Amino acid sequence: MSKKNWPLWEVFIRSKNGLSHKHVGSLHAADEEMAVENARDVYCRRSEGVSIWVVKSADIFASDPSKSEELFETAKNKIYRHPTFYDIPKEIGHM
Amino acid sequence: MNTEQLEKEFQARIDAEEKIEPKDWMPDAYRKTLIRQISQHAHSEIVGMLPEGNWITRAPSLRSKVILLAKVQDEAGHGLYLYSAAETLGIDREQLLHDLHIGKAKYSSIFNYPTLTWADIGAVGWLVDGAAIANQVMLCRTSYGPYARAMVKICKEESFHQRQGYEIMMHMARGTEAQKRMAQDALNRWWWPSLMMFGPPDKESTNTEQSVKWRIKRQTNDELRQEFVDKTLPQAEYLGLKIPDKDLKWNEEKKGYDFGTPDWEEFYNVIKGNGPCNKQRLDARVKADKEGEWVREASMAYYEKKSAKKKVA
Ligand SMILES: [Fe+2]
Ligand SMILES: [Fe+2]
Repeated sequence: MSKKNWPLWEVFIRSKNGLSHKHVGSLHAADEEMAVENARDVYCRRSEGVSIWVVKSADIFASDPSKSEELFETAKNKIYRHPTFYDIPKEIGHM
Repeated sequence: MNTEQLEKEFQARIDAEEKIEPKDWMPDAYRKTLIRQISQHAHSEIVGMLPEGNWITRAPSLRSKVILLAKVQDEAGHGLYLYSAAETLGIDREQLLHDLHIGKAKYSSIFNYPTLTWADIGAVGWLVDGAAIANQVMLCRTSYGPYARAMVKICKEESFHQRQGYEIMMHMARGTEAQKRMAQDALNRWWWPSLMMFGPPDKESTNTEQSVKWRIKRQTNDELRQEFVDKTLPQAEYLGLKIPDKDLKWNEEKKGYDFGTPDWEEFYNVIKGNGPCNKQRLDARVKADKEGEWVREASMAYYEKKSAKKKVA
């Protein structure tokens, strides 16, 4: 095994203008340019994309799933943030 | 929370059809099973390029050559999606490749058979990709998120593989007498190894039960094999070719075909390394890895030099 392995990159692809980039997977490459070229070959063989983002996997900081309860809890009891919380008379129609 | 409670909660999530994502807690055995299965699957895609790559330079027309090239390139892509899925479980790609190269990791035994004639390329696409598809369609709903997502992408690409193979079979089966003989011969040789692709019978398969409980697999080996036989038989009939199994007959009660037993001794023997091409396949992978080493090193050195320069500037 060689010591200097190519780092891992996460790949995000915009499938067409108007849509946001979406995570599709990862790959190894020496640098960002090679990562984009490899992403073209690995993830876009059938015109799946018009734009590619690559980010070093090591640079992604993620929330901790074992703490998601407390992280997302505050949103749960704020049901008044949803339109269905309010009773609007039928006569008013769509609002 | 102790492990027992965590395991209980984990199984409850599985039973509720929740997907498991990389950073979620999972039992060690679940992680290990997935690493083994996904990496085996990845190795199979990569080694699977070899028997077909064998015919790229000898494809009978430019059309068939570009098709075969595209197909083999897809298989490389499939291998890479799967290595990437395996890496989310905390294993290094370098380690996975190392295990393959020293003969520790397995790949599908089907790729240890040779592709002797152009008709084999047809039979491989039709039968081998066909069997792979049956398995992969099931895996689109596997419980581990990254594996399921890789499978969805793979399945979208696979159907072209099977169709191009069947098209080759149609040309051969409707061609000259000699071509028809080649088509039948390819079917004869690839039929049984294709049935073996689903793995040993359920009663001998040690992993199946736990894998089904964890919803890594959602159908057993025998169920998938039955489905494959039922689907493939009419396709062979349409070609005017005969499946080499004298026990093959319709069973009205189960609404499916009864069929013979593959030679499981041969199967285990090929897995052990004694198939016709095991050595050749592994040697080719090791050679490719070795010959690519200086490229990997040089490109890292170039990148480091470039980023050092950037820092100075
Ligand atoms: Fe594939
Ligand atoms: Fe394929």
